[in-house]
Amino acid sequence: MIKVQNISKKLGAKLVLDEVNFSLKKGGITAIIGANGAGKSTLLSLMARLLPLDCGQISFDDLDTGKTPSDVLAKKISILTQSNYISARLTVLQLVMFGRFPHHKGRPQKADHAHVAKILELMELDEIADRFIDQLSGGQQQRAYIAMILSQDSDYILLDEPLNNLDMKHARNIMQSLRKIADEMNKSIILVIHDINFAAAYSDLFIALKDGKIIVQGSVDEVMTEGNIELIYDMQVDIKTIDGKKHAFYYT
Amino acid sequence: MFLKYFFAFIFLLFLFVFSLFVGVSDFDLFGAWADEGDQQLILLASRLPRSFAVVLTGSALAIVGAIMQMIAHNKFVEPTTAGTMDSAALGILVATIFIPTSSLMIKMLIATVFALVGSWVFLRILRRLPVTNPLLVPLVGIMLGGIIGAVANFIAYETDLIQYLTVWMHGDFSGILRGRYEMLWLTFGLSLCAYFIADQLTIVGMGKDMAVNLGLNYRTIVSLGLIIVAMVTAIIVATVGMIPFIGLIIPNIVNRFMGDNLRHALPVIAYIGACFTLICDIFGRLIIYPYEVPIAAIIGVIGAAVFIYLLLRRDVHA
Amino acid sequence: MLKTSWFKTDKHIIIALSLLAALLCILFLTYGAKGQWGFVLSFRGVKIFALVLIAVAIAVSTVLFHTITHNRIITPAIMGFDALYVFIQTSLLFFLGVIEFINLSGMGKYLLNIVIMVALFLGLFHWLFLKANRSIFLLALTGIIIGIFFRNLSYFIFRLLDPNMFAVLQGELFSSFNAVETDLLGISAVIIGLCLVPIYLMRYKLDILALGRDKAIALGINYKPNVFGLLAVIAILVSVSTALVGPITFFGLLVSNLAYLIVKNQNHVNLLIVACLIAICTLVGGQFIFEKLLGLQGTLSIVIECLGGITFIWILLRTHRR
Repeated sequence: MIKVQNISKKLGAKLVLDEVNFSLKKGGITAIIGANGAGKSTLLSLMARLLPLDCGQISFDDLDTGKTPSDVLAKKISILTQSNYISARLTVLQLVMFGRFPHHKGRPQKADHAHVAKILELMELDEIADRFIDQLSGGQQQRAYIAMILSQDSDYILLDEPLNNLDMKHARNIMQSLRKIADEMNKSIILVIHDINFAAAYSDLFIALKDGKIIVQGSVDEVMTEGNIELIYDMQVDIKTIDGKKHAFYYT
Repeated sequence: MFLKYFFAFIFLLFLFVFSLFVGVSDFDLFGAWADEGDQQLILLASRLPRSFAVVLTGSALAIVGAIMQMIAHNKFVEPTTAGTMDSAALGILVATIFIPTSSLMIKMLIATVFALVGSWVFLRILRRLPVTNPLLVPLVGIMLGGIIGAVANFIAYETDLIQYLTVWMHGDFSGILRGRYEMLWLTFGLSLCAYFIADQLTIVGMGKDMAVNLGLNYRTIVSLGLIIVAMVTAIIVATVGMIPFIGLIIPNIVNRFMGDNLRHALPVIAYIGACFTLICDIFGRLIIYPYEVPIAAIIGVIGAAVFIYLLLRRDVHA
Repeated sequence: MLKTSWFKTDKHIIIALSLLAALLCILFLTYGAKGQWGFVLSFRGVKIFALVLIAVAIAVSTVLFHTITHNRIITPAIMGFDALYVFIQTSLLFFLGVIEFINLSGMGKYLLNIVIMVALFLGLFHWLFLKANRSIFLLALTGIIIGIFFRNLSYFIFRLLDPNMFAVLQGELFSSFNAVETDLLGISAVIIGLCLVPIYLMRYKLDILALGRDKAIALGINYKPNVFGLLAVIAILVSVSTALVGPITFFGLLVSNLAYLIVKNQNHVNLLIVACLIAICTLVGGQFIFEKLLGLQGTLSIVIECLGGITFIWILLRTHRR
């Protein structure tokens, strides 16, 4: 159970988030959508305690992010930020093993190795596990970072634009893996995603932000209407139902 | 694997023993073993302390460089490119002026505080620099060091302490004797501390967001790292004097084949730092035998050349 | 900082600065002078003459270097070129041997130094600047490290020559406006004068060269010979100033950037004159304040290094705000 109560955030003079309230049940995939600058990334960063709260309260299963020790939270929530530039030279295996740090605190056990091996396989990284990340393509790097976050094995997983740098095939593979993780391991995944159709195809819930406020919230079917999309993005799209799923057409 | 470590150890041992034999007065190891006269005195009072000092300094400076590179997220940072060394020298100078009777310990403590403040100022300036241009970081750091060095020079000039300052500013092992180098063993302890938090330091190297995500207290680890850096720098400046670039070139060479996972890399960095400094010291003692060239000049030349190579290696940089 | 609105045109700025420079020179010559005027004036006169020569050499070489490299941050001194001069001096000593070196007349030594300096400078410049498109920060950093490299190498060579001499070269490397090499003044003045002639003749071309390589070629300038000619002039000026006082890293940066700040019509005639005048005022005024008023000997260069370093960081931070 995630509770976000009355949070606001100012960055400089700009009010980025304004009195945001919502709660989410555990499990499933929630997509946060909205135009650029709507406050999506700031919301994720606040939830993951990367930024301090100006006011309000956020809790995960009754753990208040403002009061709970950081290392306890690291087993409860994990976050992948938008830009990941790591100047340190690490191999994929080392990077993903660092995702286990909250559990092993520097002394990896058998279980940690097993978990990392599983994740590497899931993310199709096992063949390049010993390569340094600075030698990989952008897509491979992105998958390695996602693998690191997944290996953290937290109940709540926050991903800020996880499909950055990924081609169609890998983007779909990642989304399928996330779906699998959410369903089979009962994880809650909250992601910021720009491609509305990708979001619609794999998520359960939508939270739409505009100018720092939640303007629409609900199941995918409820939110995916022409009226709502125009409200959120200020653009007109056609919503068509194909094989029982709603799709937005905005390319022409 | 075992064989590799074995040979590495033998090589270091060979360098170490070899360095015991380099010196003006005649000396043979077995003579020192057999009788207790001059031979043993030379070994215990001069040769052994010097060789230990070289090994400790080389490995500690290399480790400190690696730590700073993690904290600053930049491959070109080390004590001389971040104002840390100059701050420490200024600290010793200030201690000498205001508490002339102070012991070496007090001077080092004051130098540590100065080095801490200097590094902290450097990190503050770093925050205002764009991450996209990694070269700005050492550029600003060297300038900062230059400014602090100029302040130290000014004070020393006006208080007639230029002679002393020159000694601290130019690292030289020739003054190392029993009773005047033991503080350097502290750097060994500090290096062990660094190894103890190697994983945390590597995570700090992945950036603040990642560190917080993994539940690390970012500020605590950065502060711990900086304290280790400042103490090691202060001790070395006070006992040996400034030696540039070891902390820059050794970690950069090691990370090319080992990466930056400090848990694995730190021992190798320390080892190569020790070997490199020993070789440079032996070279400096032999080239104009029976005189010697200060270590800072030799490593300044080699280090600067390697630095230029590292800079121009990737031609189109940012 | 001078308020630019005080002066209506660049001519006013130049006149004001000239008056200030003259005033400072007179003050320096006469302040607190006792005893025989003839002696005092000639003694101090020589000193002022030296300061003016250094000021002109550094100001002109820096502004020209900025023009050729299209930036306002890196200067010949920051690129380590004065350390190169010191290096040439010590290696000459090393290769010729002390006796040969002494046998060479002062003048011959000086000219030989300058000739080698020009050759090495052009080579180094070619290596660093004309290959690939390197960022200004890479060049600056490389230059600084090259400077450190040459300084340490000079020190190293010096220790090889005479292991007993501590800190003698240190004195050589440590610049001081008090201990100017006065015996080289005459020849230095002639050399600087000779350098200013081609610069005067090229004064309009310089404005076009500042537009960049492509534009200069499009406007009909024979680019490469002009640039290399200017580089040779810069190398000579750097040699002269280094021979007189030793390396001063940031003075050029300081005065050139002050000139860019206050000159309105930034053509090279104005820029060069203003930069020279600022340099003269700073050196003579600074030396006057430090030596005559505060009684601090030989610390002006340290203060200039300090201020210059701060200016440098400030320029970097200002041009690269996050």
